[in-house]
Parts: sequence; structure tokens; C-alpha cells
Amino acid sequence: MKWEITLRVFRFDPERERKPKFAEYEVPVDEYTRVLEALLWVKENIDPSLNLRYSCRMAMCGSCGMLINNKPRLACKTIIKTLKTDVVEVKPLPKFKVIRDLVVEMDDFFDKHRSVKPYLIRRNVQEQENPTGFYFQTSEEVRRYIQFAYCIMCGLCSSSCPIFRSGGRYLGPQALAQAFRYLADSRDEGFDVREKILNSDKGVWRCHFAGECSEACPKGVEPAEAIQRLRRKLL
Amino acid sequence: MEIRKHDVLVLGTGLAGLRAAVEVLKVSKDKLSVGIVSKVHLMRSHSVAPEGGAAAVLSENDSFDQHAYDTVKGSDFLADQDVVETYVRLFPKEILQLEHWGRPWSRNDDGSVAMRLFGAHDVPRTVFAEDRTGFFLMRTLYDTLLKFENFERYDEYLALSIIIDDREFRGLLTLEKSSGNYVLFESKALVIATGGLGRLWEFTTNAHTTTGDGFAIALRAGIPLKDMEFVQWLPTCMVPHGIPATEALRGHGAVLLNSKGERFMKHYAPSKMELAARDIVSRAMITEIREGRGFKGPEDMECVMLDARPVGEDKLMTIYKTFVENARDFIGIDPLEELVPVRPAAHFAMGGIDVDINLTTIIPGIYAAGEVACPGFDGANRLGSNSLPLCLATGRIAGQNAAVYAMRKNATSSSRVFQNAEREMEKFERLTQIKGSRNPYELKKELSHIMESYVGLFRDEAGLLKALERIRQLKISYLTDLSIDDSSKVFNTELTNAIEFGFMLDVAEVITLSALKREESRGAHYRTDFPKRDDEKWLKHSVVRITDAGLAVSYRPVKITKWKPEERRY
Ligand SMILES: Cc1cc2nc3c(=O)[nH]c(=O)nc-3n(C[C@H](O)[C@H](O)[C@H](O)COP(=O)(O)OP(=O)(O)OC[C@H]3O[C@@H](n4cnc5c(N)ncnc54)[C@H](O)[C@@H]3O)c2cc1C
Ligand code: SF4
Ligand code: FES
Repeated sequence: MKWEITLRVFRFDPERERKPKFAEYEVPVDEYTRVLEALLWVKENIDPSLNLRYSCRMAMCGSCGMLINNKPRLACKTIIKTLKTDVVEVKPLPKFKVIRDLVVEMDDFFDKHRSVKPYLIRRNVQEQENPTGFYFQTSEEVRRYIQFAYCIMCGLCSSSCPIFRSGGRYLGPQALAQAFRYLADSRDEGFDVREKILNSDKGVWRCHFAGECSEACPKGVEPAEAIQRLRRKLL
Repeated sequence: MEIRKHDVLVLGTGLAGLRAAVEVLKVSKDKLSVGIVSKVHLMRSHSVAPEGGAAAVLSENDSFDQHAYDTVKGSDFLADQDVVETYVRLFPKEILQLEHWGRPWSRNDDGSVAMRLFGAHDVPRTVFAEDRTGFFLMRTLYDTLLKFENFERYDEYLALSIIIDDREFRGLLTLEKSSGNYVLFESKALVIATGGLGRLWEFTTNAHTTTGDGFAIALRAGIPLKDMEFVQWLPTCMVPHGIPATEALRGHGAVLLNSKGERFMKHYAPSKMELAARDIVSRAMITEIREGRGFKGPEDMECVMLDARPVGEDKLMTIYKTFVENARDFIGIDPLEELVPVRPAAHFAMGGIDVDINLTTIIPGIYAAGEVACPGFDGANRLGSNSLPLCLATGRIAGQNAAVYAMRKNATSSSRVFQNAEREMEKFERLTQIKGSRNPYELKKELSHIMESYVGLFRDEAGLLKALERIRQLKISYLTDLSIDDSSKVFNTELTNAIEFGFMLDVAEVITLSALKREESRGAHYRTDFPKRDDEKWLKHSVVRITDAGLAVSYRPVKITKWKPEERRY
């Protein structure tokens, strides 16, 4: 079955325009069409100057986060039929600075992630860099952190978080969930080096448990739960 | 044009590129400065996609010889056996190293690392973590990179040209997407790790960004490409998007059915059935479809069916969670209850930049790793789960060798480098000034249709000749009739897509020409007019380079150490 929808897209080229506008396109869709394909259809057939990020088209690379009908979603994971509307509105993720159209600046988001030292820390660096045998870990121990390791760095959680959005230094749900991912790993020995930043005024205590992050996450990471557990670890 | 300087440049940040970058920083103890260039955000490379796993000899009842033999046999004896023997030995070391950097692996109850059976491997030797094997490797490497200090990341820079002077590597010209500025990187060594080329075809497992840039950039710089006619189709990819249903499912009991409800693989590979080598399963599926025993799937695409129910709900909901989610989320089909529509999709380049066992190219200072490199490991057909460990191992060795080269070499500077770069830049600038009538998307559609029709799973002389002629016509249209509407400098993806399309054209020509010349069938390259393997004439690698008179093809013998060619039977 084929039908048409109206795709309302946020357009802005800060180099040449003073303020953003919306453009509307009539797009043919079927029951398999995802928002990503609809946007690419516009780019390839109507307006090649429409810009967005996309790559894997299978919800694994984290490129295509955007606001779709006012909810943060991945364009490649949103089948148009499931939105149950004839008008689909697409905007860039809030809080991030717009580079152009749906493309936003993510450097600060990546820096915040880096600041929690999101890597396995071992005291015996010699063994870590010249391994002689696997570290022991049971499947139960894998289960304790693996859900939090699913993060594809799409930014949906942080951009949906009211505290992160209000600006400032708060590390946000993505970075905090990744700190927890390593702290919950039985192989990690980095609690002491991460404790300070997590306890600081950028850290876990800023969270008000709005819970929007977990709802937004397309990979089931549950950053809100990670933050709650981090707090328990820090107390 | 801006200029940046580093000791070593890494181009591409999939598994191979990230592994190379980490290795340079590790062996130089953070002393060498590394520039890391990628056309996407570093962690968004397509290495996030693999579900299946990574092969490595890790158990008592397995051996390096067995892994090497399975690989050589799978390659239809086109693999260089010294390369295979060397690299399979590195695989377990890489698995262990990644584990020490924090990568989760699925474990057995006693805490040891779990393994599963994969197509054309004789014993279970594929390690995995649920079905997000590539993703976890990518994240572990990206995370590990962040431990180091002496690197600069250049997210969303599109590489355009390699600058060579005095027959040595000198620099890399790029386009910074966010500003539209050209940036020249000067450095002593370069590791090319730009991944595959699946987007040349219409139906592919590959990301939108997998456009074969690195092959073309190397070729244009005078570096030969090897074995380019060998492109692998992955048998079970979900219709209509091409997202794979991992091969591992078939190791756990999933079966393929035609419209008669028959497990048709029994006619093609009676002993291995669904687990025969990929080229064999893919051709069987297309044969079923062509002979009228297929289904009409989503968006009217023809397909056969994968029955994953025999795998059982327990496994499907744990280690195959991504597959189940993908089927439900992307095509609205529940594999616990229903059959899943699948057909083969263009997947993997066995061929690539001609490198030796040390990953060096003919240009001092330039190395290649990962899918874009062809050290001769995959031959005519790659085995499932061999690519991930090979990306890691080649990344590591290329990184090591680039580091050693850069440490020995003094930085030199010459005005010629800048002048060369300016000349290259003008070539790309010119694309925006043609102001013809055809947009890059239209041209791209035409190319992938040609490749799908004539340079696919089944090939013959007439089709390949037609393809070659039409690709050459498209090249002319590209240079004379291209139109790029968008004139903004900021994040102009119409321009970057047009540049990528130019790369694709070059690569398509090389593949088609190599396929036309090879008058035999071997591994993934199947000629209906020459359906047999012909070791007497064709047990050799094809090597293509650019000359003043166009492309020139030459051949090089295959290295055979232990295993004499024999018929490949599964
Ligand atoms: C869906 C899928 C499933 C797979 N499953 C398996 C599996 O289970 N087991 C297995 O062993 N293998 C599997 N493979 C194969 C394996 O994933 C790939 O061979 C491997 O990931 C390639 O890694 P790479 O580092 O070479 O390249 P990629 O990960 O593709 O990275 C390429 C990098 O180069 C950059 N780049 C490219 N061109 C340019 C340019 N012009 N300028 C700047 N940067 C550029 C990109 O931005 C990217 O960072 C699978 C592949 C796919 C597509
Ligand atoms: S936690 Fe979820 S929503 Fe947040 S960045 Fe990671 S994958 Fe995206
Ligand atoms: S395109 Fe990769 S997550 Fe959507």
C-alpha cells in the first residue's frame, strides 16, 4: 500500500540565513518507509540542499537522532506508519547548536563523555597492555553491565533531559551512564579516579529523575537507572 | 587551504583505523602525534554493524593449521597461504587484547569465553557478545583511544587525495564538512582504513557511507588495487533494507526455505547445507528465485524465507536479540512466529589496496588495513567472522609499521607539496562549476543499477562489456553534465555525495574490468560462460593500476605453502 504524507522539515543555514524556517514536502511512503528514507527521498528528488546525518540505517551508528513529531528518535528506526499522522515534523535535537538543517554540533557532548574516563582502568597496566590470559568474568558479571554498554552515543537521552538542556556543566545521562558501565564491570578498578568528577557539581547529584532519558533511549540503556545506581555506589 | 601537521595520519575510524591509531599511540608511548580523520563522527563507522562474531583459535580442539586451512579452502585457494598462516596466529592475541581493554565477550558458566559455529569453519571458533560483536569492538577501541593524549580527531573530514612527492607519502588533502574548507594534512606516514564499497550496488548490507573512497584515492595516487573482481554477497539479508540476519543463526538451526517449503540447500551443499560458503548459499538462493521457487517479499522484492524458529525462543531473545529487534522494528515481522524474507546482498570486498604481508604499499609511508586493504588473506571468498579479527590484526600491524617508519624519519617540508595539493583541490572545486543537468543522486542510481544487473552474483562477457561501456559513459556525464545545486559551503552533503560518487565510478570500472578479464569461476566471482575454476590459467591475483593509457591489468602468482588446490566441496 502507498500513500502520501507531508514532511515538515526544519531548515537553517546559519552562514546565509538569519533565522530558521520550515519547509514542507509531499512524500510517497509505504508501510516500510522510515523517516530516514522519506528525508533522503526529498534530498534525492526535490531538494538536494537538505542536510542531515545518517550512515548505518540500522540503528547502530547513532548518526540520525532528531526530533520527530517533537520526540527525540532515530530517523532510521522510526517507521512512518507507526506515527499514525499524515504530517510528520522533523527538527534538530534540542540543546545542540545547529550547524545546518538537522545537523548539530556534538563536540561538547563527546567531551563530557570523555571526562568520565570511559575505558577499563586496571592497576596492573603491564598485564593490561601485554595480556597473558583472559580476566575472569562470569556471565552473571557480564549481565551486570552489558545493558549499559549498548550506548550508541546518539545523544537522544541528553537532549531530552531538562537539566542537560538548561545548559551549564551537567555531564548528562549519556556520560553518566557510561561511567556506570565501567564501574559496574567486575574487571574495572577505576572507582577512585572517577569518584571526584561524578560527585562534583557536574555529576550525579544534579539529576532530578525526570526519567525522560530512559524513555528516549533507542537501545534500552536506561541511563536513569544507571544514575540511580551510581548514586548508591557513591554514598 | 589550511595546513595541519602530524607524525602519523590515520584515515578512517572503523575497527582497522581505530586499532591502528591506538597502536601508534601505544608503541610510541604517546610520543608520536596522530591525526585521526573520518568522514563520519569517529564512533559512527560501519564496523558498528557486525552481529555475528570474530573467529580465533582459542580452544584445545582447534589449531592454527585448521583455521588457516578453512580460510584457504573458503578462499577457493586464491589466498596467499603465508599471509593466512601469519595472521590467524594474531587473531587470538587481538581477542585477548580487546578483552583487556574492556570488551565484553559472552562467557560460559565457568567464566571462559563462549564460542559458536559459523559458516565454512570446521569447528566452533567464533567468539561474540550477544549479537553486537562489531559494535562492542568499536566502542571498546573508541573508548580506549580516549585514554591517550597525543592525538587530534578530525570528525567529518572527507579525504580527497593523497599527496606524494619524490615517490614518498607527504600529505592528505581533505574537505572539512562543517566549514567547507579544504585542509591539507602533512605527515610522515598514512594508514588507509576506509572500509568497503557495498554501496556500488542497489541491495547491500553496507552503510550509506560505504562508498569505496579509499580504493579510488589510492588508485588515483598510483597505488595498484588487487583482486577487485571478488565481492561477496551475504546470503540472508532482510528485504527490503538489506539488514543482515546473521549467519550465526544458521549455525544454531535456522533453515532456508523456498516457496515449496523445501530446504533447498540439500540440492546445492548436501553436507554443510545452510552453512556452506557464502557464495554457494547466495547463488543457490538466487537460482531458486530465478527458477520460480521464490516469494514476493516486502516492496515486491523477490526473496526466499529464513525460518529462525528452530533456534528457539531462549536463544533468539538473548544472543539474537538484535536480529529479533531488527526484524520487528524494521520490517514488522516477528521471527519467533513468522518466516523472515531474505535475499543475498552485496556485502564485502575481498580485494583492495595492494599491500604485502607487512601492509605496506608501493609508496613508502603509506600503509593500508581493514577491508580496504588486500594482503591476500581472503582470496576469492572471505569466511564469515574472519573480517573482524583481520581488521584488528591488520590495524595493529599497519599502526606498528607506520609508527616505526615515522619515528625513523625526519620531517621534511617542500613547497611542492602545497602546490600539488592546490592542483588537486582545483579538480574538486571544478565539480561545482560544471552546472550541467544531472544531479549526483540520479547518476548514482544509474551506476548501482548497472552494477546490480551486470556485475552481480552471476556474470558473463556480454553483460560485463555492456557494464564497462556504460560506466565509462557515466564518467563522461559526471565530468561534463553534473549539476550541484547547493552552493552553501556549510555541511554541503550534495557536494560530498558527488565527490563520493566520483570515487565509486573509478572503483566500479576497476571491478568490472577485472571481472571481465578473469575467464573462470572462483569463489565469489561466478561467470556463467566460464563456470569452472581453472587453476592452470587463473591461479593468480589480478592487479590493476592507472597508466597514461587508462587502466592496466597484470597478474601475480598465489603463494602456496602447505595446501595444494583441490575442489571446494561442502
Ligand atoms: C552488516 C554487516 C555485518 C557484518 N558482520 C560481520 C561479522 O559478523 N563478522 C565479521 O568478521 N565481519 C562482518 N562484517 C564485515 C566487517 O564489518 C567489515 O569488513 C569491517 O567492519 C570493516 O572495517 P573497516 O575498519 O575496514 O572499515 P569501516 O568500519 O567501514 O570504516 C571505514 C572508515 O573510513 C572512513 N572513510 C571512508 N572514506 C573516507 C573518506 N573519503 N574520508 C574520510 N574518511 C573516510 C569512514 O568514515 C569510516 O570511519 C559485516 C559487515 C556488515 C556491513
Ligand atoms: S544512552 Fe541511549 S539515548 Fe543516550 S546516547 Fe546512549 S544510546 Fe543514545
Ligand atoms: S543511520 Fe545509523 S543510527 Fe540511524
